[in-house]
Amino acid sequence: MQNGSGPRKHTIAVLVENKFGVLSRVAGLFSARGYNIESLSVGETLDPSVSRMTIVVTGDEFVIEQVTKQLHKLIDVIKVSDLTDDDHVERELILIRVNAEPQHREEILRTADIFRAKVVDVTPVSFTLEATGDEPKLEALVELLRPMGIQELVRTGKVAIARGPKTRARKAEAPKRARVSEDPKVIGFAD
Amino acid sequence: MKMSGARIVLECLKREGVDVVFGLPGGAVLPIYDALYDFQGLRHILVRQEAAAGHAAEGYARTTGKVGVCLVTSGPAATNLVTALQDAYMDSIPIVAFTGQVPTHLIGNDAFQEADNVGITRSCTKHNFLVKDGKDLGPIIREAFHIASTGRPGPVHVDLPKDILVKEWELVWPEKIQLRSYNPTYDGHPGQIKRAAKLLVRARKPVLYVGGGVISSNASAELYELAELTQIPVTQTLMGLGAFPMEHPLSLDMLGMHGSYYANMAVHHSDVLVAVGARFDDRVTGRVDAFAPHAEIVHIDIDPSSISKNIQVHVPIVGDCRRVLHALIEAVRDELPDDGPSEAREARKQWLAEIAEWKARHPLRYEWDDELIKPQYVMQEISNLTRGEAMVVTGVGQHQMWAAQYYKFKHPRRWCTSGGLGTMGYGLPTAMGVAAAHPDRLVVNVDGDGSFVMNSQELATCHDNNLAVKTIIINNGGHGMVRQWQGIIYKGRFCAIDFGPSPDFVKLAEAYGCVGIRATKPSEVVPALEKAFSTPGPVVVDVWVDKWEYVFPMVPAGGANTDMILENPTAVVREKAAKSQTGF
Repeated sequence: MQNGSGPRKHTIAVLVENKFGVLSRVAGLFSARGYNIESLSVGETLDPSVSRMTIVVTGDEFVIEQVTKQLHKLIDVIKVSDLTDDDHVERELILIRVNAEPQHREEILRTADIFRAKVVDVTPVSFTLEATGDEPKLEALVELLRPMGIQELVRTGKVAIARGPKTRARKAEAPKRARVSEDPKVIGFAD
Repeated sequence: MKMSGARIVLECLKREGVDVVFGLPGGAVLPIYDALYDFQGLRHILVRQEAAAGHAAEGYARTTGKVGVCLVTSGPAATNLVTALQDAYMDSIPIVAFTGQVPTHLIGNDAFQEADNVGITRSCTKHNFLVKDGKDLGPIIREAFHIASTGRPGPVHVDLPKDILVKEWELVWPEKIQLRSYNPTYDGHPGQIKRAAKLLVRARKPVLYVGGGVISSNASAELYELAELTQIPVTQTLMGLGAFPMEHPLSLDMLGMHGSYYANMAVHHSDVLVAVGARFDDRVTGRVDAFAPHAEIVHIDIDPSSISKNIQVHVPIVGDCRRVLHALIEAVRDELPDDGPSEAREARKQWLAEIAEWKARHPLRYEWDDELIKPQYVMQEISNLTRGEAMVVTGVGQHQMWAAQYYKFKHPRRWCTSGGLGTMGYGLPTAMGVAAAHPDRLVVNVDGDGSFVMNSQELATCHDNNLAVKTIIINNGGHGMVRQWQGIIYKGRFCAIDFGPSPDFVKLAEAYGCVGIRATKPSEVVPALEKAFSTPGPVVVDVWVDKWEYVFPMVPAGGANTDMILENPTAVVREKAAKSQTGF
């Protein structure tokens, strides 16, 4: 299919029944249809029978439309929302164990301070830092620490949440990005 | 009152209105068969291979509109069933498949006849369940039937560990099923329906392109009304055959790769194309960028993910075909001008005339031969002798396409074919399911000599259960569709397609206790068919046809639908055809 816009990263929030097998249903959908998951994080919501997944996936408009529709088609999926173009906050947590030679210890701590990272473990030869932030911030931190020698690194994957309304009025009537189809039921979120 | 899990399963089936179960017992489901021993009100048909149980359930479901049910054991039985599940998934056929599983404490232990059943069927079912607690049996079975039969129908798999079946539980039977995460949309968006109606009445060259969704939603009457009201010609997909009477002047027969010339031309030149319960499959569209290039496309489908998947549509309408068509008819009536013939109406007359010209120029045709039986002739005679009233099932291959082209369907739900998956061996077991559901109807299984042997063991099931399937084998001594592709696309480098003269289908039929008939000359075709149709019980007719006959029109894979090959382009093949004596 000819497409309108090029591929880009989308952050999709998915509410699912907290049931056995639901993660593999979602993961299986992506692999079966040839979509690539960049990151996926899952956790319980306020209602313990519901889990929330935050999935980051790259694709053009049509791929993302199919991804959201196919996700919604899974019986255990309650709600799918693409947060990308809505006002939202996204965070990721990273743990980095970095070499800490005497000549670098000060610089690492200064860098950690600038990025509001915490030192969660210290040894004579290493620091382990914990940092949260959006992707560009964490990428920048990693780049700054790389010359010191990163021993190991782990990321949680992104979590995201829509921002609350700025006024007491319900969400402003900002014109939403026109979707491929104008039929409100095409995406078919179960509300 | 407490009862065994096995008994609960049977009780639930009965409450769901199931009357036939196609199955094959084994270790893990023995408790169910033990409960079945003195259970009243369920007919069990013992098949000879598990995939056949799945296909039989498909045949039952497709022709009755009810959910088909099959029951097999764990491990290899479940993996055998996978083909039928994927087949039902692709063609949106509502079946519920039960498999046995090793006891819960052994799951994951590589126990005897263990397989990760739900893991395996996850991607080939609409949904699946592993029952881990006997209290859930009732609710899960209820949900399974609900999910299989509503929205876009499909197969649902329920995996039953043996200990759950043995232990005693209270039967929990929820009266209503309410799933917060599953609420299909049935009514179309009124604004979109109005837009579609406006497009329809103003269209100059409209075409209705209808698929299996019209059959599943029982929308044939509404489709007929809309076509008559608006005088819009109708083309049907392979899965949609029977949705619209094929002898109606507005019928364009099938479209797509082996569709009619006039259907493909009409779709190509249309200015408004209304797709109803069809999914723009690649076998229908050919090259997508050349498909209906001038048309504004209206797409009615219950599955939102079908819309704008392959072809971008202009007016998407998510909903049940029957309800949407009903609303669309109302909307069209509102739009129709009462006063005199409009300009569009004049243009529409022109359009029908143009189509009539295409029909006259390139009707479906084949060359008659006095010596060799032409497969198309066999199909025509089957259609004539049964007056388009039979239940027709096919295998997969050339014979399937000839059946689709030459059988003149009058009614919906009388045609079963493996459309999406193209499962060879689908014919006989599916026909068995049809015969079990409709013992008074004539059930014809048009099969190929390649396709048939993939499930020919089911002749035993037909014989034992008196399922009077009339199998007509279009015997061309090899894999005909492959021969056709190798002949046309691969320049005649024929490879791995010819069979030796084995098996002897007449003897095979007789070995299974069925009647076998052979026809080797054109003059023998009608008598053989007449005899088959009038003989009680299962019959196999082995028809030796011209092996060099190809299916035309043909759109080569990746080609545009206007690039149809209308007759055999390979002189070599013709020469061989002249020399060829029989199917062998």
